Amino acid sequence: MGMTMTQKILAAHAGLDKVEAGQLISAKLDIVLGNDITTPVAVNEFKKAGFDSVFDKDRVAIVLDHFVPNKDIKAAEQSKTCREFACSHCVSHFYDVGKMGIEHALLPEQGVVTAGDCIIGADSHTCTYGALGAFSTGVGSTDMAAGMATGTAWFKVPSAIKFNLTGKLPPNCSGKDVILTIIGMIGVDGALYKSMEFTGDGTHGLSMDDRLCICNMAIEAGAKNGIFPVDDVTMAYLNGRSERPPVVYEADADAEYEKVINIDLATIVPTVACPHLPENTHPASELHDIKIDQVVIGSCTNGRMEDMEAAYNILKGKKVADGIRVIIIPGTMQILRECVERGWYTAFIDAGAIVSTPTCGPCLGGYMGILAAGEKCIATTNRNFVGRMGHVDSEVYLASPHTAAASALTGYITEYKEEK
Amino acid sequence: MNTQGKAFKYPDNVDTDVIIPARYLNTPDAKELALHCMEDIDTEFVKNVKQGDVMVAGWNFGCGSSREHAPLVIKTCGTGCVIAKSFARIFYRNAINIGLPILECEEAAEEINANDEVKVDFDTGVITNLTTGKTYKAQPFPPFIQNIIKCGGLLKSLKEGENNG
Repeated sequence: MGMTMTQKILAAHAGLDKVEAGQLISAKLDIVLGNDITTPVAVNEFKKAGFDSVFDKDRVAIVLDHFVPNKDIKAAEQSKTCREFACSHCVSHFYDVGKMGIEHALLPEQGVVTAGDCIIGADSHTCTYGALGAFSTGVGSTDMAAGMATGTAWFKVPSAIKFNLTGKLPPNCSGKDVILTIIGMIGVDGALYKSMEFTGDGTHGLSMDDRLCICNMAIEAGAKNGIFPVDDVTMAYLNGRSERPPVVYEADADAEYEKVINIDLATIVPTVACPHLPENTHPASELHDIKIDQVVIGSCTNGRMEDMEAAYNILKGKKVADGIRVIIIPGTMQILRECVERGWYTAFIDAGAIVSTPTCGPCLGGYMGILAAGEKCIATTNRNFVGRMGHVDSEVYLASPHTAAASALTGYITEYKEEK
Repeated sequence: MNTQGKAFKYPDNVDTDVIIPARYLNTPDAKELALHCMEDIDTEFVKNVKQGDVMVAGWNFGCGSSREHAPLVIKTCGTGCVIAKSFARIFYRNAINIGLPILECEEAAEEINANDEVKVDFDTGVITNLTTGKTYKAQPFPPFIQNIIKCGGLLKSLKEGENNG
């Protein structure tokens, strides 16, 4: 029996010819990642255990993105801990204010992660990089500390669910609608401990931003990782960007999957996950009675260029509905700069929205758009748990940038329909 | 190794945002964070939990963020063990790495009621509901993971060179 794409990457990094689902392995890591919330805990553990150097200063990435620019004194202390650690260990991929972006938008953009990599990150959305054809998974701070010290991590080799994608997405849908539909179908633990391997002719029609968004939310189905095969779209993205040469792995033709799920992308509709679980999905068209107070367009899920473009195309020359706060957060400084240069920043302001520097901020209820009791927000973020964006009695509706922007104009959850 | 205490019962899909809300994550201090453990779904937990008590939950306990602060605050509150029908994978890994005992046992998680007195033997995986007298057997950890636990966590196991990682 052959191996899945994920198993192939893990076998190569464990120095083995073959691995099987359930096998415990120790694998070499290409990148170890942390952010301003998880790194301070890792630094404490690293020091407490008596390690005095990182395994490779070029293979550790520390990104300050959750609470920066520092939201308060305590957050400032956490950033300082990260900064001092990065400085003392000469960490080459350290991203502070001015250079930073939301980690999972930033590392692919900067070419820090590439196809064939084995990556751990002390952030659950580290699974994003599977879009590039890498094995990438979220871990905790202790694993980050161990990874920084040794350059290795232990894994239980996952089994996989294959998602066979065919057809082409309708113009008012994006990767977000695909992954929300899938989570609605299989549930928040539908892929628990497993890989989600996306294959089929339909994958070629998905942009890199769509793929990054789809893999980003694999964790919301409980998955260990999500992964796309490497194709022309991948190579065009990596070319001139990737710091290290990409390595291409393919699933064996006789690879074993626990399940195969066929999805015709043409049947996808604009989808919204209602409170308080990402699996609680409904077509946006059925939710038009839900009045909203706030719109957030950004996050590691949807803060990329195509997301900004969707928001721009819908908001340009229009005004957001009275009483609606619209917060747009480009994922990286490069994306922010691009929004300025293309005049989108001005268009957002003219529409009545505000634009923030890159931050995770409101997605996890940190700052920059916290909700009061009873308030409702439609957001392009990834989680809608109780209290996720603020008060325990507030509500988050997860949607695509198209749906979020269209809703900003009406004040109610609204399915975007292309103007003729 | 074992623990004995009162059961606190929780539903399916308890996420790390309710175990420890992100609004408090501007500090890595476990004692300070532990004051807010579970507060968004159970304001009484922190007031009532005693050393050795047991959390009992449904499917997919600890889903969501990778924050290690989640198992850490549960442990710091004095909780002796979490029994669930299943655990989200990052939480599962983090709990082992920081030394919070967790057990997967569908039947026990279903049948134990809030406030039952529960005893757990980690060596055998035997869970005893002292209130009802019923016993359950959880799946033991594979030897690789038992070694991490025996060493007192992942980093100690690496330092002692007892695993090949």
